[in-house]
Amino acid sequence: MKTAAQQAPIQRTGEAARAATGQTKAHDVVLQVRDLAVDIRTHRGTVRAVNSVAFEARAGETLALLGESGCGKSMTAKALAGIMDPVCDLADGEIVLNGTDLAALSAKERLKFAGPELGIVFQDALTALNPVYTVGTQLGEAFRIHRGLSAKEARVEAIDLMKRVGIPEPESRINSYPHQFSGGMRQRILIAMAVALNPRLLIADEPTTALDVTVQAQIMQLLRKLREEGQMAVILITHDLAVVAEEADTVAVMYAGNVVESGPVSEVFADPRHPYTKGLLESVPVHLERGAKLKSIAGSPPELHDIPSGCVYQSRCPLVQDICRAERPVLRPVAGDRPVAGAHPVAGDRPVAGAAGIGGTPVNIPSGAQPRPARTAACHFSEEISNV
Amino acid sequence: MSEPLLTIEGLTKTFHVARSASGNTRLKALDGISLTVGRGETLGLVGESGCGKSTLARTLMMLETPDEGTVTFEGTNPFGLRGKELLSWRRRVQMVFQDPFASLNARMNAGDIIAEPWATHRGLYPTSRERQARVSELLHMVGLRPSDARKSPQEFSGGQRQRIGIARALALNPDVIILDEPVSALDLSVQAQVLNLLNELQQELGVSYIFISHDLTVVRHVADRVAVMYLGRIIETGATEEVFDHPRHPYTAALMSASPKLDVSGTRRDRIVLQGELPSPLDPPSGCRFRTRCWKAQDICAEVSPEPQVLAAPDGTRHVAECHFPLDSLKGLTGAAATATATSAVPVQ
Repeated sequence: MKTAAQQAPIQRTGEAARAATGQTKAHDVVLQVRDLAVDIRTHRGTVRAVNSVAFEARAGETLALLGESGCGKSMTAKALAGIMDPVCDLADGEIVLNGTDLAALSAKERLKFAGPELGIVFQDALTALNPVYTVGTQLGEAFRIHRGLSAKEARVEAIDLMKRVGIPEPESRINSYPHQFSGGMRQRILIAMAVALNPRLLIADEPTTALDVTVQAQIMQLLRKLREEGQMAVILITHDLAVVAEEADTVAVMYAGNVVESGPVSEVFADPRHPYTKGLLESVPVHLERGAKLKSIAGSPPELHDIPSGCVYQSRCPLVQDICRAERPVLRPVAGDRPVAGAHPVAGDRPVAGAAGIGGTPVNIPSGAQPRPARTAACHFSEEISNV
Repeated sequence: MSEPLLTIEGLTKTFHVARSASGNTRLKALDGISLTVGRGETLGLVGESGCGKSTLARTLMMLETPDEGTVTFEGTNPFGLRGKELLSWRRRVQMVFQDPFASLNARMNAGDIIAEPWATHRGLYPTSRERQARVSELLHMVGLRPSDARKSPQEFSGGQRQRIGIARALALNPDVIILDEPVSALDLSVQAQVLNLLNELQQELGVSYIFISHDLTVVRHVADRVAVMYLGRIIETGATEEVFDHPRHPYTAALMSASPKLDVSGTRRDRIVLQGELPSPLDPPSGCRFRTRCWKAQDICAEVSPEPQVLAAPDGTRHVAECHFPLDSLKGLTGAAATATATSAVPVQ
């Protein structure tokens, strides 16, 4: 493996490169986000769109950021990638990607990370691609800028990339323009651009929302394949609970700019500890008599300039008490009351420490594995939710 | 089901396009569509983009004239009507649109938006007092306050806007409402509120719905019967439970299988992942239109277009599929996935 990587002028697969240097192993923490806060300057004053958000992403795993429109999930993604709109400011927090705090870097220094360390896939492939350049030019750009390849060499790499993401006849399609591709193929091109330099972290912001169901399944399959090959950490931003259930290992549920609950998907979905998570799960029409009344969450999320001082969910919460209006609950570890022995099916062979990690004293963690993050929820009454 | 309210037979609509890659200028958006909708029934219409769902909806709204085929609405063909009769027919079929932001005029207030249909249908509520009273009533029916009539659309949330769109459709007391992706633009928690509202209104008013959606979970919840479209044809219809639990057309099975499921038990299911995308409707495959993506396709599929076949449904409902090799009803989805995996045409990874 090592010799192959040395002989080849260009390291083609992340796996080979990583294996040679031993940098990233499966389930290592790749990204650690702490206390992330983003402010938006509006004509009605500065509002906080993302507030003390914290999560971690691990190699070869998918973390889902789940939430409804306006909850701050895309804003979080843009803050991680350093591509926020000019009216937005990173107000606070650390974004530690493989040991480097991106939040502390200048915009120019961060550019070095875009591509080799971090890739991002957007929802709308047609607006994300430049209509006046061929896809070959756009795919080769990363190689020309970051690796200093010539246009000819970059073209070879671009064809290789197109093969990797399953675009048929890449040699003849490389000179086509984005509008000549179907929606699914455009999304593949966008994914190819994001993974071109084998980043450690891939952020996918609603990558399949604009696509048909059968094409959506193809794209998700491709993302899974690329994640395995490159041992990338994937952050999947979505509003779709079913996509989270099928694709993600861990989930962070966002509401009004705050993470209100996080933990392994199978545990959070089976036994939600925040009333919002529970409400969302109950809003999905499954396992119900046809036409039966769906449980819905009354009201709508608060406007950003009108977020209450206490719990962000207080206006819609069935459990609301005086303390919820007075004091904002912070993310605290919650103990799942179901046994956590069965690891998440996607993780398979890996132990889930579950409650063991709560106090920072890992128990029974085999060598090599890092302690699993405990389940957390930001609710004063997280222990009482299952009784509601 | 008694006498259907709406019967569609052999509906065909061809568009002429200026030029296309294949040199073909005829786009057959609807190719022999036959359907029935009963009174008070919800028909779910599913299919991927470009399959002809919206053309069908537009044709039923008489915004398009079909080339061939008939639409019969309580015994009359609306395309033969003129003048007052046509106007009174138009009142009976109304539509709710997908985008609650684009479908409401930002320069009108909610009350005027709901009352606008009466400007055309003058006889319905002739006096301004009647109209005002009816607007208040409609707002109340869709869960808004009568005082909301004076607000403009911008003052409402997405879910509330969709309620205004529903109130506008109800303003003419229609018999059929075509709901074109009515909840796709809404957040999950709000989506549930609107689905509940639609269900309550149907029980109260006995109105029929044609519910167009790409979200199979939603369709399963609301529809009595389902029709699955592919490239301008209806390839499978039947009672909702029957079609979802025992899909007989490979495309239906693939569609069900590809749709993500919220299953917290954590078992990984076998999935059919179709290769390729929807062929261009300008240049559809010969024979069966699904054969280019089908794992069961044989020579005959390229030569002979399959006729609709009535298949035995265990619960006695009418189940029709257009396929030379329909799937085994007893095996259900898991069986179909296993077969698909076993054949090399559809690799499942």
